Formats: sequence, C-alpha cells, structure tokens
Amino acid sequence: MTQTLQEEATNTPAHGATEGKREWLKYISFSTDHKVIGIQYLVTSFIFYLVGGFLATLVRTELATPQSDFVSPDLYNGLFTVHATVMIFLWIVPAATGAFGNYLIPLLIGARDMAFPKLNAVAFWMIPPGGILLMSSFFFGAPGSGWTSYPPLSLVYNKVGEAIWILSVLILGTSSILGAVNFIVTILKMRAPGMVLNSMPLFCWAMLAASCLILLGTPVLAGALILLGFDLIVGTAFFNPTGGGDPVVYQHMFWFYSHPAVYIMILPVFGLISEILPVHSRKPIFGYKAIAYSSFAISFLGLIVWAHHMFTSGTPPWLRMFFMINTMIIAVPTGIKVFSWLATIWGGKLRLNSAMLFAMGFISMFVIGGISGVMVAAVPFDIHVHDTYFIVAHLHYVLFGGSVFGLYAGIYHWFPKMSGRMMNETLGRVHFILTLVGFNLCFLPMHKLGLEGMNRRIAEYDPKFATLNLVCSIGAYLLAVSTFPFIFNALWSIFKGEKAPSNPWGGLTFEWQTTSPPPHENFAIDPMLLIAPYEYGTEKAKEIIQAGPFLATAAATEA
Amino acid sequence: MQGSAIDSQAVVNYQAEVGHGHHGHPDYRVLGVIVFLIAEAMIFLGLFTAYLTFRAVAPTWPPEGTPELELLLPGVNTIILIGSSFVIHNADVAVKKNDVKGLQKWFGITAAMGAVFLVGQLYEYFHLEFGLKTNLFASTFYVLTGFHGLHVLFGLVLILGVLWRSLKPGHYSSSNHFGVEAAEIYWHFVDVVWIVLFILLYLLK
Amino acid sequence: MNIPGSITTLLIGILLTVTSIWYGQNHGLMPVEASEEAVLIDGLFNTMMTIGTGLFLIVQGTLIYSLFKFRRRPGDDTDGPYIEGNIPLEILWTSIPAVIVLIIAVYSFEVYNSIGGLNPMDHSVAHGHSTQQIANMPGAAIAATLPEETTAPQPENLDNATGDRSPAVEEAVTQDPATAAVRDQSLPQRKDSSAMGSTAPRIGPTPGNVGKPPDYVINATGLQFAWLFTYPDTGIVAGELHVPVGKEILLNISANDVLHAFWVPEYRLKQDAIPGKQTELRFTPSKVGEYPVICAELCGAYHGVMKTKVIAQTQDDFDAWLKEQQVASNPNDLKQTVAVNPANQAPDEFLAPFIQDLGIDRAIVQQLHSQHAHSSAS
Repeated sequence: MTQTLQEEATNTPAHGATEGKREWLKYISFSTDHKVIGIQYLVTSFIFYLVGGFLATLVRTELATPQSDFVSPDLYNGLFTVHATVMIFLWIVPAATGAFGNYLIPLLIGARDMAFPKLNAVAFWMIPPGGILLMSSFFFGAPGSGWTSYPPLSLVYNKVGEAIWILSVLILGTSSILGAVNFIVTILKMRAPGMVLNSMPLFCWAMLAASCLILLGTPVLAGALILLGFDLIVGTAFFNPTGGGDPVVYQHMFWFYSHPAVYIMILPVFGLISEILPVHSRKPIFGYKAIAYSSFAISFLGLIVWAHHMFTSGTPPWLRMFFMINTMIIAVPTGIKVFSWLATIWGGKLRLNSAMLFAMGFISMFVIGGISGVMVAAVPFDIHVHDTYFIVAHLHYVLFGGSVFGLYAGIYHWFPKMSGRMMNETLGRVHFILTLVGFNLCFLPMHKLGLEGMNRRIAEYDPKFATLNLVCSIGAYLLAVSTFPFIFNALWSIFKGEKAPSNPWGGLTFEWQTTSPPPHENFAIDPMLLIAPYEYGTEKAKEIIQAGPFLATAAATEA
Repeated sequence: MQGSAIDSQAVVNYQAEVGHGHHGHPDYRVLGVIVFLIAEAMIFLGLFTAYLTFRAVAPTWPPEGTPELELLLPGVNTIILIGSSFVIHNADVAVKKNDVKGLQKWFGITAAMGAVFLVGQLYEYFHLEFGLKTNLFASTFYVLTGFHGLHVLFGLVLILGVLWRSLKPGHYSSSNHFGVEAAEIYWHFVDVVWIVLFILLYLLK
Repeated sequence: MNIPGSITTLLIGILLTVTSIWYGQNHGLMPVEASEEAVLIDGLFNTMMTIGTGLFLIVQGTLIYSLFKFRRRPGDDTDGPYIEGNIPLEILWTSIPAVIVLIIAVYSFEVYNSIGGLNPMDHSVAHGHSTQQIANMPGAAIAATLPEETTAPQPENLDNATGDRSPAVEEAVTQDPATAAVRDQSLPQRKDSSAMGSTAPRIGPTPGNVGKPPDYVINATGLQFAWLFTYPDTGIVAGELHVPVGKEILLNISANDVLHAFWVPEYRLKQDAIPGKQTELRFTPSKVGEYPVICAELCGAYHGVMKTKVIAQTQDDFDAWLKEQQVASNPNDLKQTVAVNPANQAPDEFLAPFIQDLGIDRAIVQQLHSQHAHSSAS
C-alpha cells in the first residue's frame, strides 16, 4: 500500500516544470482540471476587467468637462452600458465565483477535482465567446439603454446592439448557472472525511450561499431577457405599453436576479476575506458560525429585496415598506461579518503584506458602501437619490471598494499557490496605495454630486458640478494607472519571482498542505481533517505548520 | 453528458487502497441533474409570474377579441403527457431488474407519446385563430407553450439517446443506469411544468 | 492602568458621539430645501448621517488603530491569542444594529407617511367625492368632469372593488384639450390596478390633507427629450413648471415614449413617468426661486439635456403669470393644436411651437428628429 502511494507521489510533478515547455498550452485548452479552469477564469476575467476599466476611463474623460465634447451621446451611452455589463458579467462574477470558486473549493474541502469537471470546462468556455460577442456590439451601435436595459427604451434604441447584449448576457448567465450546479454538488458531496459543514473553510459557506442565489436568480433574468428579446426582435408587446404590455413587469423580473447578483458578487469575496484575515492576523476567525450562517441569511434576504431598486417606479406603498424593511435587515448579518472581521484583527499579530492590506482596505471601503446602502434603503431618502451619482458612488463602494479590493487581496494571497512564485511586496504596496487613493478620489465626491442633483447616465451636466467631476476623473485616471504596478508585478513574478514554499503564509487549510502549485489531483494522499481551519494560536497548529505540507508527500502519512 | 466525470478520477484507486470506505468517485450526476432542474424551474416560475402579473394588471383578460381556446385537443394532450410519466417509470423499474428489453419497450412508448404530444401541440398552433403578435395573451400563450415544447423536444431527444445507447449490450444495468434516471427525472419535470401551464393558460378564467 | 483605560474609552465615546452629531447636522451635502417635504426628508438623512458617521469612525478607527498597535514586530513569529469568539459580544453587535435599523425603518416609515407616500388610495379627489369643493377650486376644469365618470357604468369584466381601473377615470386627466394635445393618445393612461407591483405609484396627499383636493392640478408629460406642463383649468401649455409657494400641487405625470423621471433635487422628490401608466406627485413648494427639473431615468442619447426649470413664485406673481399666459395663448392656436394628432408627428414637428418655451437648442430637436425617424423606421 505504502509503495503505491510513494510511486504516486514521485509521479506527480512538483512544479510542473517536468512536463516540459508545452505546459502553458493547457491554459488555452479544454482542460478539465479545476486549477487550470480557475486560472483560465482569472486571466480571462482580468483581461475583461482591463477592457471594462478602459471603457470607464473613456466615460470619465467625457465627464471631465460639463459639455458633451469627447464622444457622441450615443457612443457615451454604449460606453457606460458595456462598462457595467463587462464589470458585472465578465469580471466580478466570473472572477469571484469562477476563478476563486473553481481554484479553491476542491483544495479547501480536500477533493481532487470538482464534481463535474467537463461541465466545468464547458461553463468556462462560454465566457470568452460571450464576452467577445458583447464587445462586437460596438461595431453595430453598442447597446445604450444601461445594463438594466429598461424597456421601452431598450426596444427602440440601438436595437442591434441590444439584441447582441441580450444574447451575450444569456450565454454568460448559462455559464454561471452551470458553475453553480457544480459548486453546490461539490461542496455538499465531496468534502474530505472528517469535514462536516461546520468545519468547512468559510469561503465554502460563502460559495454555497452565492451558488444558491445564482441558481434561483439567474434563470429569472433569462426569462426576462427571453421576453425582452421577443419584444425587440419579433415585435411582441410584453413590455411595450403601446401593445398593452407593462414595462414595470420587466423591472421586477430584472431585479429579481440583479439584486441577488450583488450578493453573488460580494458573498464569495466575503469568503475570501474570511480566509485571508485569520492567516495574516495569526488568530482564529472570530465567530465562525456567525460568519457562516450570516452568508445564508444574506442570501435568503437578498432574494426578497429586489424592489428597492424601484421605489420611484411601479410598486404599491405597502410593498415599498416591505422591501425597505427587508433591505435594512440585511445590514444586520452584514454587520455581524464586519464586526467579526474587526475582532479577528484585534489583538492579532498583523503581517501587513499586500494581501492583508487589501483585505483591510476591503473592510474599510465596504463599510462606506454598507452605510450608504442602509441610507438608500430608506424609501423617502431613496426617492431623492434614486438614479443619481449617490447611487453610482454607493455601488462602486460595494463593488469596487468591496469586491475588487477583495479579489486583489485574494490574488496576492493565493498567487504563490497558483503559480509557485512569490509576488513582489513593494510593488504590491505601491499598487495598494495607488488603488486606495485613486478609488476614493474617484468615487467619494460622487456622493455629494448625487445629493446636490447630478443624475446618472448623462453625458453633459450642469457646469456647477464641473470641479468635483474633474476630481473624479483624475481619480479614475489614477485608478487606471494603479493597475500597472500590479500587472507588471504579476507578469514578472510568474517568470522571475522568488520560488514559493508550499505554505508561505503558515495557513492551516488544505491548500497550504500540498505543493505550490498543487499537482494534478491536488494531493499526494487522501486529505483527512487534522485540525479545524482557523486554529491559529494553538500548539497543534504550530506543529502542523512546522511539520510542513503533510498532504504533499506520501511519506508524511507515516508520521 | 458527464460521461468522463469518473474517468478523470479513476487515475488511481488509492481511495480504495487507503480504505476510507468509499470507493473511487461516487456518481453525483443524478444530484447534478436535480440541482440543474431547480434552475430550469425558476425560468418557468419567472415566466408564469410574468403571465400572472400581466393578467392581473390588464383591465380585461384575455384582451378583448381573443378567441376562446379549444379544450379538447390540449386536454387529450395533457392526458397523454401525464400518462407518459407513468409509462417512463416502468422503464426505471425494468432497468433496476436488469431488464433492458423492458427498458427499451417502455422508453419506446414514452417517446411515441412525447412525439404525439408535440404533433398535437403543432396542430393546435396551426389551427389557432390568433398569432404570436395578436395581443398580450397570445404572446404569452405562444412563448410559454413554445418554451415548454422545446423542453419536451429536448426530453424526447434524451429518451431517444438512451434508447440508442441501450442497443449496445451491457450499456445499462441495474447498477449503472444514470442516463435512464436522468431522462426519467427530466421527463417528470417537463410533465409537472405542463400541468401548471395547462391550469394557468387553459383552465384559469 | 485600569482607570485611565476606562476614562480613555469614555472620552473616545463622547468625542465620537459629539463628532457624529455635529457632522450629521453640518455635512452641507444637500441643496436648498425648497419644499415642505424636503425638510422632513433632510431630517431623516441627517439622522442617518449621524449614525453613519459614528459607525464609520468606529470601523475606520479600529482598523487604523490595529494597523499600528497590532502589527507584527520584527522577529516575532508567534501567533496571536487563541480567541474563537465571544457570544455576549456577538449578541451585542447583532442586536445593536438590529435596533438601530429598526429605528431608522420606523423613522423612514413616519417620514414616508408624512410626505403622503402611504395615501395613494385616497380617491376622494379622483372620484369627486367633494364635488362642490372642487368646483370652486382652481382645478375645477378637470375636477368638474369627474363625477360623471364615477357614475358611469363599469364594464362587466372589471374588478369593481377597485373601480379605478375604469378607462373613463384613467382618461379623466387628459380631458382638457391642452393635455390631450400633448399626450400620446395611443397609449393607455391606466391609473390604478389592484395587482401587486402595478399600482401607479405616487406620493399622495400628506395626512393632514387627506380628503382635501390639491390647490392646483398640473399635468406633466415627459417625451424625448423635454417636459411639457399643461394647466388643465386654463389650457396653458408651458415648458417650465410655474408653481405658487405654500400651495399644494398635484402633478399628474405621464410619458409619451419611454421611461422618464421627474426630479427636482431641491424638493427631494422624484417620480418615474411610465408610458401607459399615470403617476402622480403631490407636494407643497415652500421657497420662491428657480430650481432645475431633471429627467432622472435614462431616456436616450440626449437624456443629459432633458432639463427644465420649476419656477416657484408668490401667489401674486403666479396669478400674474397665469393671466399673461392666457392672454398670450390664442384660443385658435389651441384648437389647432388639438386638431392635429401629435402621435402622427415627429417630436420636432409638434414641439416646434414650444421650442422657445423649452429653452432647448434647435439642433437638439433636429437630432431628435433623426433619431425618432430612425427608431420608427426600424
């Protein structure tokens, strides 16, 4: 028995170098290895992030002056519509669920792969065509009705682009549903022996909650888009008042998905933060169960708050009150998470590397988005700020200050595991400072702009807002510049970075107990849960970390 | 669909050797199908809710001038489809007894019933007095039944696929019949959706 | 050490509270409060700002303090203390936010009720319960037509419990020729229906005004890319909204083509204009001045320039303006306007007479024409 295991261990390439120079080819192939797929997701979505960011700088260039002088108003509408669609459907959702979910879930639960590896590859390979399709819309008149595509405008404005948008989002949505099926089955069924739900790493809890939301929400969006497509292409009148349809029904269906979509984008990132903070604080996560269950509380509540996007459109008053109260209650489980993270940090031995800085930056920025989130939940106040720059500020604090900061933290944290190389810390810190400053410069003034009376989705605005808008645009450029040190760092580190040990941060979860990068099938021996995931500060944890990766070699089992 | 889910896992049998009690990589495909059908159900739920909302919002429903729907043909169709659900279950029973001939027989009958349903549906389409764009009711009627019809068609393809594969001796056995189970579950799902749809579109006045 | 420690905590707490309260009242983020509703909404906002500032300071303070206090010292490779949780503490930080949120919710509910959000079912006006009173009001021209509608036989298939689904009532608003000329008559103007999610939303009369008709009824119509305001009792059509201060205004909002939203930041009020549905907004301007009226719902390429002004005047100035307008508008013109069906015209054609009023660029209207032609051709 032991012999077989040892043979197996010697057969697994430790650094992939033994497989020869053609190794990189697997990243553009139909691979069924969850680690390859995870990295495929990460790289693809990051490329789309750069595309979306480029669109955003164009938008901010137009808004640097009050006049409409940079692009045509039609193109401007296309720019912000595609910017939002790319950032949501091609960057945050695939990066948070697809990339980190695929890469980490099997490693964290001690499985050798996802439950359905082929399905996984199919789901990934829907992303590039979907994204390229969306981009191609610029040649036919980009969709200009906003990422919400409210009819009747979307039925009469840039119709070809709109049709492309619908098709593209349907493809990306399907991909996301297939991914969710895989995550749910994998997490429920493929955990290592000894790992019960309550000893799963918190990222798994978060992914389970997010996958449930994808499963329940995305199909309704598909339904809405099918009906919208019929209206647009065939000429039916589901949402067209001229033919007796009702545009508000679309809004309900759209937001039934698109509000949970916010939680699909933030819950996995909550999970990443819950993994990163204890490792770099050298303390157990504070209140494991509270964090785990609050993910589910958020995802349940997330399903019954959609109409808070429609406080000024078509909802009867009692329904507005119902949705207002639900929305506000979400602040409670979210608050539990934030306070638990703070308590995790409190009294720890903080190792302030790039991953930790981004994780703390995440808490700091996300809280601002959370506070403005409770504000906009209040119906009377939302009536004032709905569809203004206050909302733009709020959503960027949640999705950039929240999700993107968290994704960066995740990349810095797991880069050594994924690539087998360390990233440069100095460049990482430069990246963090530039991002933090650029981000706040860009989005903090937008709160005031919105409250003062600047509405969103406009190419020209009242000259009295000129100064603050210029500040925002400068911040946006700084934010664009901030990605350069990161890209350089990542590329340089992949080839020239210092070789990473298997457990550079002294983590306790399974992925740190195998080689960096992990071999095909992840572990040399079958993982067994020796210690709960966050037992930092105990003697046992110290022993395990000092003993080295016990899942990397078969020999270690003898000990 | 997930034929090789096992293949990639079957590289080494060390799980059996280490002896943790479960061998290889257990088959989770049936669970996968069920989870996927939850998503499918949500599409229909979304469309049904939209239909009910249109109904509730409209001043008159169906909009004035909509011809009455004929109930006889769809009624017969409904009975055929519900019946096929019982028929297909016999196939499952048969395959669990290693009775591949029985499996083929029952799947064949189910496929025929499904085909009759689809033909009946098409017949109804061609003899209706309203078209897709006549009014809101007509649009929802065609989109709902059409979308369901596509699912029946897909289920039919699944069943025929299983039939084709069952011709290969030993492909399905009492211990290995994922395809049969998946097709059956899917068919039941399509059936349940039709019952709701029939009540909403035809019976609810 | 203990005593200074608790004193420090106390001092920090006091400082935190004082700062939050001060900033909550003095943030200077909001524009002028020019309506009675704005005062209430700002009160809510200030409260939320106070709580938000406190929370912001606690979280950021903790993070920055930890950054310095708890950072790993060089050479220290030990782990932090093994603390897995603290149930009382967790209960505390679950229940305190819950209570705060509850307070905000109740406060929001109160404010929403006070600005009239919960009285949309007040049909005393629409159904003409107080006919006499209405007839004496400036809005008589529209109100007078109403009693007939309510007594008109309802079509059988209607849900009689919510009789306002009657198309007759729905069309009441466009009874006056001026509004009828401006609005797209091919679209239904449904006002209410009982189903969930489909009630035409609005801010209704404030609780004190329930049952009382509004002082003035004005119809607002949104179209790409302009607002048109019609005064049903006088037949005035204007591109700017003139209102008297201190009087309750009822705005009937509709859209001719796509979604728009009527927003006056200084009034803190916003309401979508939904084609096919009638929405309404009741408010009381409180300050003389000119404020922007902004379309807040994306409505096409020139969404950004779909702006006009609300001109809040004293009663005397307003009356003078009304008179001036009535003299200026030739009744024959009006008939002419009514005779042509705007639905058959491109927006620039039927907007032509109003361009001066609207204060929008002719070039934009031309653009609009090409776009309209484009959209109707496709």
